[in-house]
Formats: sequence, C-alpha cells, structure tokens
Amino acid sequence: MPNSDIKFMDRLARALPQIVVAPSFAAILFFVYGFIAWTGYMSLTKSKMLPNYTLIGFRPYERLFQMDRWTVALENLFVFGFLFIAIAIVIGCLLAILLDQRIRAEGFIRTIYLYPMAISFIITGTAWKWIMNPSLGLEAVVRGWGWESFRFGWTNDETLAVYALVMAAVWQSAGFVMALFLSALRSVDQDIVKAASLDGASPWRIYTRIILPSMRPVFMSAVVILAHLAIKSFDLVVALTGGGPGYASTLPANFMYEMTFRRNEIGVGAASAMVMLATVAAIMVPYLYSELRSKKHV
Amino acid sequence: MSEHATYSPAQGRSAIWMRLLLWTILIVFAIWFLLPAYVVVGTSLKDLEEIRGGSLLSLPHELNFWAWKHAWNEACIGVECTGLEPYFWNSIFMALPAVAISTLLGALTGYALTKWQFRGANIIFALILFGCFVPFQVVILPMAQTLGKIGITNTVYGLILVHSVYGLAFTTLFFRNYYVSIPDELVRAATIDGAGFFTIFRRIILPLSPPIIVVSVIWQFTQIWNDFLFGASFTTGGAQPITVAMNNLVNTTTGVKQYNVDMAAALITAAPTLFVYIVAGRYFVRGLTAGSVKG
Repeated sequence: MPNSDIKFMDRLARALPQIVVAPSFAAILFFVYGFIAWTGYMSLTKSKMLPNYTLIGFRPYERLFQMDRWTVALENLFVFGFLFIAIAIVIGCLLAILLDQRIRAEGFIRTIYLYPMAISFIITGTAWKWIMNPSLGLEAVVRGWGWESFRFGWTNDETLAVYALVMAAVWQSAGFVMALFLSALRSVDQDIVKAASLDGASPWRIYTRIILPSMRPVFMSAVVILAHLAIKSFDLVVALTGGGPGYASTLPANFMYEMTFRRNEIGVGAASAMVMLATVAAIMVPYLYSELRSKKHV
Repeated sequence: MSEHATYSPAQGRSAIWMRLLLWTILIVFAIWFLLPAYVVVGTSLKDLEEIRGGSLLSLPHELNFWAWKHAWNEACIGVECTGLEPYFWNSIFMALPAVAISTLLGALTGYALTKWQFRGANIIFALILFGCFVPFQVVILPMAQTLGKIGITNTVYGLILVHSVYGLAFTTLFFRNYYVSIPDELVRAATIDGAGFFTIFRRIILPLSPPIIVVSVIWQFTQIWNDFLFGASFTTGGAQPITVAMNNLVNTTTGVKQYNVDMAAALITAAPTLFVYIVAGRYFVRGLTAGSVKG
C-alpha cells in the first residue's frame, strides 16, 4: 500500500466515531430541529388548506389567540395538567411508601399497579368511555344498588369531561410514578435510617425528615415527565371524550390536529404547535440543563 | 420497620390496625386498576342482549368468543369489513423494522459518544436528548410534506421512517447512560492491543449489552405499537396501524353499537404489549425509570 493510502486509512480510523454518529445526528438535526424551523416558518405564512410560503407576520398567532376553541384548550390543559400531575404524584408516592413496608406478594401487586403503562391511551380511553356510559356503565350499576343520585357519566357532561380525562390519565400513569418512587426509596441509605430508628425516631419522622427530602430529584423527574405527558396528551382525548361535548374537553394537541387536518387552517395549526413547543421548552430546558450540569460536577 | 423492638399489647394492637389499613388501601387501588381490565374482558365475552339486560359488573353467562372472532376478521372499519387482522399485521410490519433500526443506531451512537469522547460529543448528546421531549405536533406538518415528496405517504415505510427517527433520541439516551458505567479502561486496553472501533464494539461492548438491548427493544416496541398520533396523521384506509383502525372501529356510527366487539377489539390491540409486559416486566420497569434516573 502506498504511504498516502496508509495515512488516509489512519485518518479514517480516527474519524470513525464521528462518522458513525453523523447519520443519527444528521437525522435528528433535520427531522427535529429542521422541522421545528419549518413549522415556525409555516406559522408566519397564510397557509390554509395547502402550505403557502407567503409570509404574513404574526397574524396566525393573533387569530389563534382570538379563537375560543384555543382558549378553552389552554384552560383545559392548565386544569388537566395540574390535577393530573398532583393526583398521580400523591397516589404514586402513597403506593410506593405502602409497598415499601415489607409487603408479602409485593411483586404481584406491583404488576397490577403498573400494567396500564403497557397499553395505549387509545385503549385506556375506550375502556373508561364504556365504564362511563350513562345508561349501561358503572352509573347504572351503582344506581341499581340504591344510590340513586350517583353520577359517573362524566364524558357526556361539559364541566365534568375534563375530570374524566384526569381520572383516566391518572389511572394510566400512577403506577409509573409508584415504580419511580419505589426504586428511589430502595436506594435511600439504610444506615442512616437504622441510626435514626435506634435514636428513637418514629417511622413518621423518619419518612418526613430523612427519606422524603432525599427523594427531591426523583420528585422533580416525576413532575417533569408527567408535565410533558400532559402537554402531549392527544390520543386519550380522541378515544375518551372526542374533545367534547362540543369542544369542552379539547386539549392543545387536539386543537392542532383539528386545525391542520380537518379545518384547512395550516397556519393556525402551526402557530399552535409552536406555542406547545415553547411551553415544553420552558419546562424541559432548565431541567435538562441542571441535569447535565450536575452530572459534570460528580 | 415493624419487626424489631418488642411491642406492648397496646402497641401490638395498633400495629395490627395499621397493617389492616395498609392492606385495605392497597387492595382498593388494586381493584381500581383492575376494574377496566375486568370490564373489558367481561363485556367482550357477552352477547348484546346480555350487555343491555344485565349489569356492567356481572360475570358473562358463558364463554362466548363470537365478539373476538368478529373483531379479528369480520367487523367493518370504515367501508372495509375485514376486521382488525390486516391492521394487526400493519403494526407488526411497522414495529419490527423500526425497533431494530432505532435500537441499532442508538447503540452505535451511544457507544461512540461515551467511549470515543470527541470534541462536541456532549453538545451532540444534549441536542439529541432534547429530541426526546419535543412535542410531536411541531414536526407533523413538515413530516407530512416530506413523506409526500419521497412518495411514501400512507405506507408502512413512511411510519417505519418516522418511528425510527423519533425513537432514536430515546434509544441513544438508554445506551449512552448504560455505556457510561462501563469502565473506559476496557476500551483503552483494547485500543492498545490494536483493536478498532467496530472490533471493540463487537468483542467488548456488545457482549455486555443484552440487558440494555432488552430494555430498548421493549420500550421502542411498546411506544411504536401504542402510537396513535403518527398513524392517524400519515395514513388512511388500508395502511393504518392497529390503534387507528381500532379507534375507527369503535367510533363507526353505522348500525347497532356492538359493545362486545368494541371491547374485543380493544383487547386484541392491547394483547401484544401486555404480553411483553407480563413476560419481561422487570425490563419494562427499567426502561420506564431509565429516562429519569440517570447514570
């Protein structure tokens, strides 16, 4: 082999890691960041049924925030997101602490709590929609037992439909939060716990003073992941309430789909997608930044 | 915390009450989690008369699998009365290649980023990581146009591409976090022996990787199988994945509402991922927590 070829092969071998990473990185650059820029551009155009690349400034955003459907979607996201995150964390944390009490059959119970995580939101929505069927569902069963005023037909009620979404979403995700907290509980330093209990600290004090404070990072992770799930929620709404009655339980993701694919308002759809991205970024960027930073210090 | 220390009778009694309360709460939640599964399976085994006349919670009179068979290859989805079967295969043909591609690329990328630290590796990782959290609504429109330009709109190939690309962020995260904990000395020793990038990957890294490969495969399979947004956005008619077809089946408004068929369809759609969960639950949980508890 001539000398220059050897040099070339050597350089190639040294650059191999970069060459291997390149296609994946290029794909992410194009399909994530390029597409974000593309959608951002579309959100400033007068695209209606078909993409149109004539810029019209922020008019699609103005139109977006004038639409009652969008205002309702944002309010729903706020209510849904807050309740979903709070309830899922409370239930998940409670179940994790209870399961940490040397429970016989712990593995079996954990399997039951966690299986909803394996199935699609579409199935969760379909199942709960059937349970909430006003004439044949749980409402009829409980009324048959004698509790005549019992109401569970939430999906057909304008004010209750959002809570139906919360309930189904918590059902789906509480087990996940439980798993997260349980693995954190198991990694708490047992020596400290033992020392505290030898010093006569009550179990309650041990939990509130030692164990729970040490779980702050997991708690943060859970909040961030659930918030991200809430903002992306789309299929659950489609299957459970269809966004209805009317558009009473619509969420931003459903709004975006509706505008883009059904109502020939591509510009407004793109604008709503950009607002969603901004919301996610406002939560994720500080979180990821602190995560990556703290890792460097360790 | 209850077993060491000796209890006085009063304390013993309160410990028993605590135990009772604890079990009550655990069981109430277990019932809540199992209720939809019970209702779905129960309803799918009843006939319509029994559903209308009986209670939601009653056991089916007999094991009647008519609804399952009907949902599998007779029920109408849109105008095609083929049942879920063709869509089930669509999902299989979509998920298997997409899982394989994203896992392989994620493993190679994670390996290169951790064991061959080059300048900019951390920035590249951060940029890929953010890809995990981008709401997909922001990529749908350009993706629809791109798929149209390449000519794979409304095909399984389009969905394979979409899922491979957007799964890549997660698989890279999994493998990167796993490979960080493999000692660098192993790789350095091999480089001194003259082994190259791919030799080290094959001889040293891959043999250590089965656990994380399982995690990645299970995570990707569950995500891709359960996806609805991409399926609904990029396919119509015969090319739809099973989740979209099932939703159409349930929401078909023509004819009598067949709740038993709806529930059987939900069961068929859920079966593959539930099966994976039951067989490999341990790895499933690890995948769920891998994204948040970092190495």
